[in-house]
Amino acid sequence: MTDASKIDVSFRGALGRFALNVSFAVPARGVTALFGPSGCGKTTVLRCMAGLQRLADGYCAVNGDVWQDHSSFRPAYKRPVGYVFQEASLFPHLSVQRNLLYGAPETRGITASTIRFDDVIDLLSLKGLLDRTPHKLSGGERQRVAIGRALLSQPRLLLMDEPLSALDRQTKDEVLPFLERLHASLSLPIVYVSHDIAEVERLADHLVLIRAGAVIASGAFDDVRSNPRLPLALANEAAVTLNATVTSYDERYGLATMKVEGGHFVVPMPYTASGSRHYLTVAASNVSLAREPARATTILNILPARIMSTAAANDYETVVLLRLGADGTGCRLLARVTRRSWDDLGLVEDAGVFCQVKGVSLMST
Amino acid sequence: MALPHDIWVWIRLTIELAAVTTIILIIVSTPIAWWLSRSRRRWKEVVATVVALPLVLPPTVLGYYLLLLLGPGGPGGLIAGLWGGRTLAFTFEGLVIGSVAYSLPFVVQPIRNAFDALGERPLEVAATLRASPWRAFWTVAVPLARPGFLTGAVLGFAHTVGEFGIVLMIGGNIPGQTKVLSVAIYDYVETSQWFEASVLSAGMVVFAFLVILAMNLIDRRGVQSSA
Repeated sequence: MTDASKIDVSFRGALGRFALNVSFAVPARGVTALFGPSGCGKTTVLRCMAGLQRLADGYCAVNGDVWQDHSSFRPAYKRPVGYVFQEASLFPHLSVQRNLLYGAPETRGITASTIRFDDVIDLLSLKGLLDRTPHKLSGGERQRVAIGRALLSQPRLLLMDEPLSALDRQTKDEVLPFLERLHASLSLPIVYVSHDIAEVERLADHLVLIRAGAVIASGAFDDVRSNPRLPLALANEAAVTLNATVTSYDERYGLATMKVEGGHFVVPMPYTASGSRHYLTVAASNVSLAREPARATTILNILPARIMSTAAANDYETVVLLRLGADGTGCRLLARVTRRSWDDLGLVEDAGVFCQVKGVSLMST
Repeated sequence: MALPHDIWVWIRLTIELAAVTTIILIIVSTPIAWWLSRSRRRWKEVVATVVALPLVLPPTVLGYYLLLLLGPGGPGGLIAGLWGGRTLAFTFEGLVIGSVAYSLPFVVQPIRNAFDALGERPLEVAATLRASPWRAFWTVAVPLARPGFLTGAVLGFAHTVGEFGIVLMIGGNIPGQTKVLSVAIYDYVETSQWFEASVLSAGMVVFAFLVILAMNLIDRRGVQSSA
């Protein structure tokens, strides 16, 4: 029957030019990203989950609680969801404080899982805004208030529909850290709709890939992203993000050595203490492959790895999924090489190779 | 020359009629406007048209039908029978009913426009914050449509103060009961009392000016707060 710790969703219906036929089941924890191009139906799926839109052929269950099936439909206001829209959509006639408290339950039964007002104020830095009216806020502030308002309605599932897409680049960078803190400090499951891979990279634990109204892949983020048979790995900007811990710092050259699963990276950066953690993003186009470890080269990072699988990116390039370490048990890496190089080197699946990583980009956790 | 003492009776009656009519208009118009704004039924425009009819009908036509309805032979007579009356025509109550029918479009339209301008979003937000449709209506839709309610109330009040044809048809000219200012002016002109007629008329012009001014100010405030 229904799994107690899953978000189980299936919607079918007509959607503009194409048919919507989306089913997935993901764990009810962490952030699940619904990722796909604009107009692929991901927002419709989110609206259906919230009960704002009704498709006759739908099923939605969260934590074993059935919100919609062939015979029942729970209206939006009876579903324990928080919904953050693309535009903050604050109530213009209410102060920030009254916006925040609009959906807060009146009974003050505080349990361990209650999201407390003061915590939300701290988490989203809303203290100085409480007495203002929404039209006196900046775009980023508005969206933070909208997120706080959704949290204080004590949802059991938070739905976010491209909450950053209406913001400019700078404001996005201002709000994104709040979302990361939200993810880290609350146990609330989040379904996050986006068409921006950079956002998804920073937030998602699970990924549901949607194209033209259908799910083409779903699973743990790292698995989906690095699967060369899926379009994410084939895209020009394909990359993987690795968890790295600094083990030492060479002050003379300004180089940090970082440990990842199955290998080490040397990264130029300002001084950073041993033990600090970072995300390393390695683009597939920055990784080349060699049979032998090159000796005379300016490339700092040459790591042994094993080829897991491959897929053609186009007529002349191949995307290769590797795992670090000579035994191929470390973390995943993607490489994008020409078909000619692949054939010249006589590479095959399961072969041991050396990855030459020309550059990485860095993000603190 | 001095105005007769009676003028205060007429003014009081006029304001009383307009006030009672406005309150009833807001109560009646709100659900109609909400339904016209939210319903997806195709025949809702038929209802909207019926509501708008008094805009183009001569008041005499409307007054004639109301007279039939309110008179001893119509439902108005039956209702009046409940408290031992014979008819609702030529009574204050009858005048209120006539005024409500006559001014309905002036109140329904601005409120409906205000509800239309809300869009779906604020109500969807309220729903995702666990507000029932009833609570969302009172805490989100009505406060956000406030400029529409104000415009409707001002228009309904002013229009009732200024009506003449309907009053004459169903109210007659009974001092203290149905004689309102517009009828009084008519009487003065009939009897060539030009001074009294011009004082009352000038008063009405000032009143109309203030009403339109108030409306424009309300509109401007609405624009500012939604910007």
